[in-house]
This record gives sequence, C-alpha cells and structure tokens, in this order.
Amino acid sequence: MRGTALARWAAGAGGLALVATGCGGGTGGSVGTAVLSSSWGDPQNPLEPANTNEVQGGKVLDMIFRGLKRYNPRTAQAENWVARSVETTDSQNFTVRLKDWRFSNGEKVTARSFVDAWNYGASLRNNQKNAYFFGYIDGYDKVHPGSGTQSADTLSGLRVVDDHTFTVRLNQKFSGFPDTLGYAAFAPLPRAFFTHHAAWLDKPVGDGPYTIESYTKGSQMTLRKWDAYPGPDKARNGGVTLRVYTDNNTAYTDLMSGNLDLVDDIPAAQLKNVRSDLGNRYINTPAGIIQTIAFPHYDPGWNKPGSQKVRTGLSMAIDRKQITRTIFRGTRTPATDWTSPVLGLAGGYKPGLCGSACDYRPAEARKLIKEGGGIPGGQVRITYNADTGSHRQWVDAVCNSINNALGNGRACVGNPVGTYADYRNQIGQHKMTGPFRSGWQMDYPLIQDFLQPLYYTDASSNDGKWSNKDFDRLIDRANAETDRPRAMADFQKAEEVVRDDMAAIPLWYQNGSGGYSERLSDVALDPFSVPVYYAIKVS
Amino acid sequence: MGRYVVRRLLQMVPVFIGSTLLIFLMVNVMGDPVAGLCGERACDPGTAAQLRREFGLDQPVWQQYATYMGNVFTGDFGTAFNGQKVTELMSTAFPVTIRLTLVAIVLEIVIGITLGVVTGLRRGRPVDTGVLLGTLVVISVPTFVTGLLLQLLLGVRWGWIRPSVSPAAPVDELIVPGLVLASVSLAYVTRLTRTSIAENRRSDYVRTAVAKGLPRRRVVVRHLLRNSLIPVVTFIGTDIGALMGGAIVTERIFNIHGVGYQLYQGILRQNTQTVVGFVTVLVLVFLVANLVVDLLYAVLDPRIRYA
Amino acid sequence: MPEQPYEPERAIAGTGMGGAMDLAASEATTLEPAPAGPLGTGPVGKPRSLWSDAWRDLRRNPVFLLCALVIVFLVFVSLWPSAIASGSPLTCDLARSQDGPGPGAPFGYDGQGCNVYTRTVYGARTSVTVGVLATLGVSVLGSVLGGLAGYFGGVWDAILSRITDIFFAIPVVLGGLVLLSVVTSNTVWPVIGFMVLLGWPQISRIARGSVITAKQHDYVQAARALGASDTRILLRHIAPNAVAPVIVVATIALGTYIALEATLSYLGVGLKPPSVSWGIDISAASPYIRNAPHALLWPSGALAVTVLAFIMLGDAVRDALDPKLR
Repeated sequence: MRGTALARWAAGAGGLALVATGCGGGTGGSVGTAVLSSSWGDPQNPLEPANTNEVQGGKVLDMIFRGLKRYNPRTAQAENWVARSVETTDSQNFTVRLKDWRFSNGEKVTARSFVDAWNYGASLRNNQKNAYFFGYIDGYDKVHPGSGTQSADTLSGLRVVDDHTFTVRLNQKFSGFPDTLGYAAFAPLPRAFFTHHAAWLDKPVGDGPYTIESYTKGSQMTLRKWDAYPGPDKARNGGVTLRVYTDNNTAYTDLMSGNLDLVDDIPAAQLKNVRSDLGNRYINTPAGIIQTIAFPHYDPGWNKPGSQKVRTGLSMAIDRKQITRTIFRGTRTPATDWTSPVLGLAGGYKPGLCGSACDYRPAEARKLIKEGGGIPGGQVRITYNADTGSHRQWVDAVCNSINNALGNGRACVGNPVGTYADYRNQIGQHKMTGPFRSGWQMDYPLIQDFLQPLYYTDASSNDGKWSNKDFDRLIDRANAETDRPRAMADFQKAEEVVRDDMAAIPLWYQNGSGGYSERLSDVALDPFSVPVYYAIKVS
Repeated sequence: MGRYVVRRLLQMVPVFIGSTLLIFLMVNVMGDPVAGLCGERACDPGTAAQLRREFGLDQPVWQQYATYMGNVFTGDFGTAFNGQKVTELMSTAFPVTIRLTLVAIVLEIVIGITLGVVTGLRRGRPVDTGVLLGTLVVISVPTFVTGLLLQLLLGVRWGWIRPSVSPAAPVDELIVPGLVLASVSLAYVTRLTRTSIAENRRSDYVRTAVAKGLPRRRVVVRHLLRNSLIPVVTFIGTDIGALMGGAIVTERIFNIHGVGYQLYQGILRQNTQTVVGFVTVLVLVFLVANLVVDLLYAVLDPRIRYA
Repeated sequence: MPEQPYEPERAIAGTGMGGAMDLAASEATTLEPAPAGPLGTGPVGKPRSLWSDAWRDLRRNPVFLLCALVIVFLVFVSLWPSAIASGSPLTCDLARSQDGPGPGAPFGYDGQGCNVYTRTVYGARTSVTVGVLATLGVSVLGSVLGGLAGYFGGVWDAILSRITDIFFAIPVVLGGLVLLSVVTSNTVWPVIGFMVLLGWPQISRIARGSVITAKQHDYVQAARALGASDTRILLRHIAPNAVAPVIVVATIALGTYIALEATLSYLGVGLKPPSVSWGIDISAASPYIRNAPHALLWPSGALAVTVLAFIMLGDAVRDALDPKLR
C-alpha cells in the first residue's frame, strides 16, 4: 500500500499530474537572450511545491526549482542534482549530502532548506495537497493524522546534521525512496517562503534555471533566465513567457499565425493537418501515460460470475488501431499491456501481454458478452469529464466501435460530466454504475508504479475497488524482491492476473505532442510530456 | 424625482439579496468542490476536512451565505482555491471586459443606428430588404458559430487579425470579438431604429418640419433621429449588463481573460467564491444600469415624470 | 409609478437570453390589444375580431406563408425522420471520418464518421422538442404569474415583480453552466427545466403589462359591476385580450431556445448522447472547423433556418396584430 501514495491519476491529454522533470547532463552550450512564448493553463492551486498536483503548475515549478534528484528527459531515470549523494545501508535510514547551491535571491541552499520545506509540506495545517509524498517519513502520522489535529509540527524522521547533510528515517523499508526525490514536492524552500509567505506566492523564488519576472494571475507569467544559476542545465534562451489559454485549439491557432512559439498539447482535431502546418516542427514523443477504461467493481452488475467475460468482450469490441489512427493520428499507440513502452523491456514493459483480449474481434466479443450474461442494464455508459482534453472524441469513437461490433446502435453511449470536480466527486463516492475513463501518468519508470496504485486492494487510486488476493500477493513478493529480473517476472505475473479478470480495459499509450514556431530549435518533450524549456534555443 | 430614485434604490435591495442568494444556492448544488482539488486521486481525509473547514463548507448553506455577504459589505470577496484574492481577479478581469463591452456598444451605436436610419428612410427598397435579411441571419446563427467562423476566416485563412487576444487586450484587438459579442444586439438596434424611424417619419412634427421647408438633413438629424432614439438608447442601456455577463462564449473563443473567462474557470473548478463574487458585481451593474435607463427616459422624453 | 404609458419596468431587459427576447418584449408591449367586439373597420355586418383581422392579413403575407411552410416541414421531419433519411443517426463508421459528400450522404461525414445528413434530419426532433416544450413551460408559468401580478396589483404585484427581477438578474448562460453541469440525466428534461426556470420572467413581464392594460377597459369594469368573480373576469374577459403579445414573444422565444440549446452544448452542458440534436452536432464539429467545415455548417444552417422561421413568423404575427400598422 505504501507505493500507492506516490502515484496519482493523470487526466489524459489535459494531464493533471504533477510533473517534475528535466534534462540531465546539460553542457551549457550557446546561450541566447531571446524570449519564447509558450501555452499554459491557469494553475489550480497556489504555486507551493507541495501543493501543486497538476501539470500546469508543475511546468512552472520545473523551471524555477531544482531538487535533490532530477529525472532525465530522455530516460526518466532519477539523477543526483542538488544532492551530492543519497546513501543508505538498510533502505530505511538515508543520509543526504548536498552540493553548493543557491536560491536566486542569493540565499544558500542548505540542509535546513530541505527539512523546513518537507516539514511544511507534511504539516496538516498547511493544507498541502501533496502531503502524502512525505508519508514514508517517520512521524508523518503525528504531523498529518487522518482525522483530528496534529500532535507534532515536524517530522521526527528528519534530522539536520550540518549545512550540507541531513538524514531521513523512514517508517518502513523502501528501497525506491531516492527515486521519488525528483518530485517538486521535495524541493527546497528559501527563508522568504516562511517569513513573507504572501509576497512569495505573488512571485515565487526558487533555485532553478529561471526566475519569475512578473505574474499576472489568470493571464500570463514571464520567466527570465537566471544568469548566476549554479547548475549544469543553464537556460539557453533569455526566458519564457507562459500564456494562459482556455482552449488548446486557440493556442494552436495562435501558433499558426505566429503569435505563439510553443504549444505542448496539440488538439486531436488539428492532428490531420499538423504535418502540413508545421512540417518537422511537430514533435510526437512517447510519454509514460496509459489510458484505460475502469469498471465499478463495487457495483453488483459488474461484479458477478462471468462479468470478466463481458469486460473482455467489450475490450475486443474496441478497434484500437482505427481509433488511434483516425482520431489521434499516431499520437497514441494501441495498448497491448497495462504499462508503458517508455519503461523499456528491462523495466517491465511486455508488449502483447494482453494477447487477443486487446485485439479487435467483433464476433468473439459478441459471443463473450452473451456468455457473460450480457451488458448489465443493457447499455454501457462510459463516464468522462467533458471540460478538458479530447475525451469526448475518443469516448464517442470507442462507443461507436462497440456499437458497430455488437450491431446495436445503443449498446454504448458516452456520459459526459460537466466539470472535472464533479467527475472526481462521483468516482470518490463510488457512485459509478458503469465504466469510466481513467488515465495514468507514471511518477517514475517502474512497472510497480503502473500496477500497485491502481489495482492493489484498497489502493488510493484504485477507483474501481478491484480486489484480487493473487495480485496482492504477487505485488508484495515483487516489492520484497532484491533481484531485479525476478521482481519484474513477479510484476508481470501480477499483470496477467489483471488481464485474466480484465480489471480495466487498456486502450492506448499516449504520446506527448507539441509544435513550435520557426524561431525555435532544440525543442523536445520529456517522458512526462512537458517541454524541456531550458534547452530550447531561440533565434 | 428624488423620491422615485430612493424608492427604486430600496426596491433594489431585495432583488440584490434574492439574486445573490439564488446564485449562491445554485453554486452550492454543484457539490463538493474539494474533491476536484487533489487531481485524479482521493484527497487524504485530513486535508479535505481541513479545507472544508477553512472555506466554511462544513456550515449550513444559509450561514455560509450570511458570512459571505457580511464579508462582501466590508469589501472582502474571499479567496479562490488557487490562493488568489477574488478582488485581485476582479481588478484584472473587469477592465478587460469593460473595454470589450465598450467596443461592443460603440459598434452597436455606430453600425446599428446608421443601418437603422438608412433602412428606415428607405423602407421597402433593396437596401432595406437586404439589411433586414442580414440582421435576421445574424440573429439566427448562434454566436459561437459566428465567432468561430470569423476567427477562422479573418484570423487563420486571411490573416487580417490575431486569432486570439493578447493578455493586455488592447482595444484594436477587441474589435472583432466586440463585433461578435455585439452581433445579435446590433441586429436588434438596427431593427429597432428602423421601426422607430419609419413610424416617426409619418408623424405630424416631421411633416410640419418638412412643410416649413427645413433642409432634409436637419429634419432627419434634429427632429426625426432625436425622437426615434428613445427606445434605442434604452435598449442599449439595458444591454450593458447582458453584454458583460454574456461574454462567456466570446471570451472563450478569443481567449480573452475577462469576466466571462473567470466565471467559466470558476464554474469548472466549482470555485464558489469566484463565481458568486463576479455574479454579485454583475447583478449590481445590471440593477444600476436599469435604474439609469429609467431615469434617462425622463431626460429624453419630457412627457414622462416620476413621482 | 410613471404616469405615462412608458412603463420603466418594460425597459428592463433580461441578461443574456439573447437580445431577441428582450427586444421582442419591448416591441410587443406597445401592442394595444383591441377589445373584442364590432370595432372592425371593414364592411359592417359580421363582427370582426382582432384575430380574424390578423388572420386575413397573414393569409396574404408571403413571409408568413413561407415560415409556416418551413415549420410544417420541420414538424413533419420531427415526426417521421425516416421518411427522408435512411439509416440510423447512431450508426457511424470511423473509416469515413471527415469525408466529403458521398452516395447516401449528401452532406458528407463528421469527425466520428457519422452521416451528417441523417444526423441533421434526426436532430430536428430533439431541437424542436426542446424549443416547443421550453416555450410552452415558459408561457404557462410566465402568463400565470405575470397575469396574477398585473390583475391583483398592490402587494402581490410588488412581490411577484421583485421575484421576476431576481430571476432576471442572473445571466442565462451562466445559470445554465452552473445548474446543468451537475446533471447526469441524458434526457431533454433538465435542459427544458432550466430554460423554464430562467426564461419565465420574460413572459411574466409582458403578461403583466398587457393584463394591466386590459384591466382598464370598460368591458372589464362592466363585468365587475355585474358581480363576476375574479376567476371569471381573468379567464373570460382579460385572458383572450391580453394573450396576443405573449404569443408573439413566445414564437420569437422559441427560436432563441433552440439556439440556446446549441450554445449550452458548445459549453459542454447541453443535451447528452445518445440524444441527437443540432446543438450536440454543432459543438462536436466546431473543433473540426478547418478540416471538415461541412459537419459544422449543415446542422448550423438547419438551426439558423429554423430559428429564422420562428422569428419571422412571430414578426409577421405581430405586424398583423398591430392596429397601428393597419
């Protein structure tokens, strides 16, 4: 269960996942002074590192903060950044040593900058939405009890040794802990954050390659290159202007007419013409995102003997190839397992694990659904939130595919929910009576992250309340395993349990797609589908 | 006159309270806003409870409303979930929307009245029929279709305008969005002016003026227009509130960060404070605009007296 | 209150329900509903009412006839869509996504590969249903409340008028976003209910105004002197004479409700599939405006023609009922 706390659902194309990413091994290179403009969305929460759990706020934090670790933009592997080393002998007590580093206001980054920040993030009274990231650290239950008031202000597991060293004691063994430290939630905070909080929120100050020059809330933010940035990933442009767009179609239109330099989410409706519009200024990079259809396993209609046949039948009724080709134009790839190709084969990705259950086989689909007792209630209603992304397009297409396969125009309908908040409400209260869309964006490239948070009994992102003892047992065994290939084998066995019960229907692996103007070069998206801003050159 | 104004102001009080209560209840029906704050995972119960307490969501609705209104009268419109003061959002959003509304109204006046006068004086001629048909088409096509088409043609295909409005929202970039926002009203101003002019043209005072041998221009401007504009002016006056609150669609299409945008965002995120705050101000604008229009009647038409 | 026939109240237009209705209101209240009886200007003999006069005019008005024809056609299509379109609107083949016109699909295919012609034909039923039912609801509720306020006056009038103002002050699109965003039903009722909830003040104002005017006529005073009850006076004497402006505005409003349904769909809170409506199709096609404009233009065109037909019909009826223009 511990692993679940590290993960969260992503909202698909209009992703709502905290993304802390970046680019390793920067070598300086030519340094420009020109500024580029980029599309943005209004952050949902205040721009505090431990309070930002969606991609738009995460974009900013990624530019103005650097943490102990940083995820490589190509491999997503965690690499030491502000940390000189993170060492442990028992996977429970860690010693962190820091490099010489500074905040952009001149203050030194010390062990205290981290410990204070983490204590702030974990403390219940500060309402930090990413507090659960600190849940492994000893004393978290006192600082952040599930109910009632907190009995301590600081995490007992954190101790400052000297300016450049601090120790972390976990409440259980967790060998993956260092890999989690690349998240924005673990960023250090300057004193000003605590002493002049309101002023800091108006204009956050961090230790990353950019500084915030101005911030008009709900409209735009201008970031400037920080010339004295101590890290190797110095910005190669003069700065970035983030501009808020309500509709990604408008952003794309602005890119076309030369009013915007960079768009990091190309709307599905524009993909048909993107090649002719942008030529090779169109980027389409695999990202660690998989989209699935989840089921309400708490609903008796979907959880009776034979239900897995109905679910498998539905999976076979979806023509993934055609949908990814026609609607997404190759920005998504039909899924053949429940993980992501960015893991690599060594990381646990196993193409074809789903087998025939993920192929389009209308005849077999009809047969299986009939054997399984038919669709509960006679109609599948796929619930999704209609306010962001291109969900409507693909849900309609999936339904049309199911309808065509089953020869019934009303077998499947989309069920849009007006707002994301209400959508989450319905899921949280377990009020779903039919399948619903879900998407998962990885936190780190481990197969464990694609399985445990979603399918382990009572895992916090297990929205369908699926539960299977065999699966739980295999995951436990895999987590305890020190030998990597053996662990992978166990994880994949667990994944087969998911397949045999068709706990959720895997749809497709999602790519990051973006486009840029002729002024830019060296534009790339990282595996979290966020632009690698620092490396962009502006002519 | 003074007594009338006082009475109208007093009447505004229950309407103001009723409207804000109504919107407060409506926003409340939308459900628990906290669930959407934690991304695609359940909020941990501790933080969720704390957030509800802090935003007063654990209290009964009437008490939330009373607290809210009490704060509003001291100028505190609360804080949005992303930590931004609602007054701060207003101070950036309202100037933009007011500019957009002004552009829309100027267009209504200049284009609408001109077309109305021309068609009113040439009733039944091809110009009249053409314009009349045009106004009907404008009225019957939904605004968002008009907006998207203009954006595609002028902004993308022909490149005459920026397809979206920059954050500073200067007036020249607001002309096309203003036209889209005003389009339906503009069509109505045209029709209203036309009807009014056509009616008054047959009236005795115009005949007298013509018989006196006054130049045509003078008859049209001094006599005909002045008397025909009363319904038009009042229509435009009452349209202010409608334009400001109705800009949700236009602002969305052209990416304008005004009142409509803030309201739309507020609703998507179930941000009670933002929605209620902005609507409260819009209701006030609406009520005041109506009062001013009614008083304008008396100024424009001396036959009307308020007691 | 003002002493002149210019009622300040009359000028208070609603926010957002489209200027159409606001203006219709201010134009319509200038109608003087003529009392029933032998006031006709034609040859003496058979008594002629306002209505028969109007009908004589309308029969000869080509605009009216054209609009009526369009509306009759719409009703026909709504009742029997399969008469002019083959296939089901719910059968879509993604392989044909965004294709142009082809055999059996004169309007081409939309982004999902659905036949735009079939969907446009089938969409008529939902759109017309929404328009007609919303108008009926608004007219009934608005007439009753407005009529009562106008007839009884005094405190009742003050209270009802303030309530009307309250609902008037809520911007309609905004109200729709808030109220409909939580709706999970995929029937037409929530959308219609919302339109009635925020639309009735429009009719209420007009009904009130025309009841006040009708109330002052001699025949009402006479009925009262003869000891007729309030109910009888309202139903037998006032209603028939006060209903004309309501009908005019309602006809025009019908068109605006159909357009409003499309706007709500564009904002993501309108009708839901598997309903087939023009609003749903227009909003689904709007992102594809560059690549498949036909999928946007056909349902938009159908919607525009329908709205136009109702507005012009209302216009024609108003002209026919307006004694000043006769």
